[in-house]
Amino acid sequence: MVNPFPFSAIVGQDDMRLAFMIAATDPSVGGVLAFGDRGTGKSTAVRALAALLPKIKVVSGCPYNCAPDKQAKLCGACNGSGKTKTEMRSAPVVDLPLGATEDRVVGALNLERALAAGEKHFEPGLLARANRGFLYIDEVNLLEDHLVDLLLDVAASGLNLVEREGLSLSHPARFVLIGSGNPEEGELRPQMLDRFGLALEVRTPQDIPTRMEVIRRRDAYDRDPEAFHKHWANAEKKLRTKIVHARERVTTVETGDAVLERAARLCVALGSDGLRGELTLIRAARAYAALEDVPKVGDAELKRVAPMVLSHRLRRNPLDDSGSATRVERAIQEVFAK
Amino acid sequence: MSVSDAVSTPWRRASLAAAVFAVDPLGSGLLVRAGAGPARDELMTRVAGALAPMRLSRAPADIADDRLIGGLDVAATLRAGKPIAETGVLAASHGGVLAIVMAERISAGVAARLSQALDMGEVALQRDGLSAILPAHVGIIALDEGQDDEATPAALAERLGFWIDLEHIGWRDIEPPALTPEDFEAARKLLPSVETDDQVIEILVATAAQFGVDSPRAVLFALRAARAFTALRGETKVERDDIELAATLVLGPRATRMPAPPEEQDSDEPPPPPPEETPPDEPPEQKGEDNTPRELEEQILEAVRAALPPGLLAALAAGAPRNRRSSAKDGKSGEEIYSLQRGRPLDARPGSLSKGRLALVATLRAAAPWRKLRLKPEEMDSRRVIVKPEDFRIRRHRQKKGATTIFVVDASGSLAMTRLAEVKGAIEMLLADCYARRDNIALVAFRGRAGEIVLPPTRSTARAKRALTGLPGGGGTPVAAGLDVAAAVADQARRKGQTPLIVLMTDGRANICRDGGSGRPRAMEDALDAAKRIAAAQFSVLAIDTTQGGGSGPDAPVRVLAGAMQGRYVKLPRADAAVINAVVRGALPQ
Repeated sequence: MVNPFPFSAIVGQDDMRLAFMIAATDPSVGGVLAFGDRGTGKSTAVRALAALLPKIKVVSGCPYNCAPDKQAKLCGACNGSGKTKTEMRSAPVVDLPLGATEDRVVGALNLERALAAGEKHFEPGLLARANRGFLYIDEVNLLEDHLVDLLLDVAASGLNLVEREGLSLSHPARFVLIGSGNPEEGELRPQMLDRFGLALEVRTPQDIPTRMEVIRRRDAYDRDPEAFHKHWANAEKKLRTKIVHARERVTTVETGDAVLERAARLCVALGSDGLRGELTLIRAARAYAALEDVPKVGDAELKRVAPMVLSHRLRRNPLDDSGSATRVERAIQEVFAK
Repeated sequence: MSVSDAVSTPWRRASLAAAVFAVDPLGSGLLVRAGAGPARDELMTRVAGALAPMRLSRAPADIADDRLIGGLDVAATLRAGKPIAETGVLAASHGGVLAIVMAERISAGVAARLSQALDMGEVALQRDGLSAILPAHVGIIALDEGQDDEATPAALAERLGFWIDLEHIGWRDIEPPALTPEDFEAARKLLPSVETDDQVIEILVATAAQFGVDSPRAVLFALRAARAFTALRGETKVERDDIELAATLVLGPRATRMPAPPEEQDSDEPPPPPPEETPPDEPPEQKGEDNTPRELEEQILEAVRAALPPGLLAALAAGAPRNRRSSAKDGKSGEEIYSLQRGRPLDARPGSLSKGRLALVATLRAAAPWRKLRLKPEEMDSRRVIVKPEDFRIRRHRQKKGATTIFVVDASGSLAMTRLAEVKGAIEMLLADCYARRDNIALVAFRGRAGEIVLPPTRSTARAKRALTGLPGGGGTPVAAGLDVAAAVADQARRKGQTPLIVLMTDGRANICRDGGSGRPRAMEDALDAAKRIAAAQFSVLAIDTTQGGGSGPDAPVRVLAGAMQGRYVKLPRADAAVINAVVRGALPQ
């Protein structure tokens, strides 16, 4: 789409917007899962995010978006060539559509060249395109099992190993996974759920003024996308600058021992397994602090991000009707009361 | 014709909705609930006429990805010596309308693909080495012939502007068309210049809220419908009647509750706030005294209410949720497996021929790119395609998985002496059935202080028999522990895609708590808690009361447990193996 709905024009849905901003600030928080009601603009937000991301510097012509700096993991071609010519590219936000075949996801023989010239040449797939960017799967819970396995594998290693059809190579594939879906259509496999750093439940706004504003903006956009874009150009620019600044600041945001302890205690109180929750909690709080221009992570930052970091890591308790977000809320109150 | 006349009969509502859809069909749709019959045929003929010159094409509900999205055209590719794409149905319907027959059979996956095309106006092709974004700005007509609880997937239905029901319309109800194809063409030309003001949005949002319609999409569809009506009238200013009709046709069928009667509204809901932004240059036109936004809203509510189908009204009054698509939890969707023989076709996957049937086209597709690489130089002119074993693709199908019946057997002292043998006999009889149906069976026993899995889900009758024979009896009755274990087994089965059924056989005299302590009241409390968890997880449950003699009234402990699990209760005067067998078989999901 030429003119996606602007991110800054999304009404309400503060959690969802914040989660995306955090992932854009620090990709190491590890992906966002937006699950919930239909018609709440989940897909809209992801597509809007693409327009917000600052451009990235890549080795010229590299199909894997290799970064020119020395420490970066490079693809075979960039590693050997010692090429230093670079170019600026839009950060990739790659759609993995349902119905994609495996060969397009991992890459396969280049059809054109094989057919016309009888040459064996690798055609990079979606994983290559998503390197250093975002990989978006709408209706992630409907993705076929063999593709899910493949994604889990690549997401864990950051490397795409291709061993098929007489082709043998590997290339870097580090991406932030973004998934959206509706739990009514099928549950997400636990292994996949665990891959997402942040998860949130998106609800339809209930109050009339918000609903009206949603309709007003959507209708204005549908009728004239270009004019709508122009109207929001300034807000978009501000938001982009905010992300750029947050990225610079995030490395210098302090996390004191007191905060680390609180984070640990929160995770223990909720019985979330493993260290991943704790690590993500700290990273997300740091990114949030950077976005808000706060030099040091405090309780406020921790509290704000805790629900989206922890709610999908709780042990199931079907009896507790209150929902996982409320349980996290309760645990926060207990831990921070001390 | 006045507004109330225009929507006074089901046929009028349906044909009007179809007409409005035809004015502005792309990115929207029509959900037609009806069996094949004269009413549906007539409606579709009219829609086709009204849509012209836009095309109306058809596709089956179980359409596979290579037809829906497209892929490599093997024959053309080999002929041309370069990749030639085969256009999928979605891209081929660009700028037109696609009708899906037997829409109630659309899988969640196909629904998601259609939904994405409706949302984006394009289809992403990432298949067979081809990568492209193809325009697919389409409208979709879902022809839903579903009976009872079969229905078009909610994700798709939500994206179709108009829902119409032709179920009880006969030949005699059909009226001649009032509009000509020229009317539609004129309306489409006029549509871009139709203006709406903020008040229209306000009224539609408020009406939607009153009827419990949550999705913003519904309101957007109503807004589009109001504009289309206006254009169909040959006007460019949306009037009260247009809003009323739009609300009736778009929001009415989506209603999930009845609005509060007018006099109560003011007390429990704040009045809609004034528009935040200044309305257009001219002030809203005042047409007589009955036109303040608030009163206008009342009238429209009334109009929608008046046109609601009677059945719906009754259902809403009874507080019954409608159109609740069965969620993944009750085994209607999601609990599926891949099969090599039966079910809906899926993409072919690489595999050995010993494991399934060859998918010929897919295999050729896999071999095609290698043609030149594999031919010897002197054969270059030949038209041969060399197929190697790694090219083999086999067919896959998706089908529903079977059930897992989990027997939770009370092996405590209170039961063991008298009836355990009978229970064992009943389970053994069921095994033969389960084997025939490819169902799994699991056995959980509770006695002493704990519940244990005596037999994990299996289809092996031999193993099950052995486990049964060795089942000891005696000790306390830890009902809670038994139910907890059963819930865990059921949860696991569900994750594997099976539909679990828990069959509890006990006299319900719980006397051991979860923590192993004894004491009847606390043990029963724990048991109820465990039962509620099972209800919350929405497992199907059958509780068989094996108490000898005694009442089966509302206070019978097993009945209370069954109630807490929201399951069925059966009291067996004699735990006759054949009787138990019949009861369980009746409870199994079909």
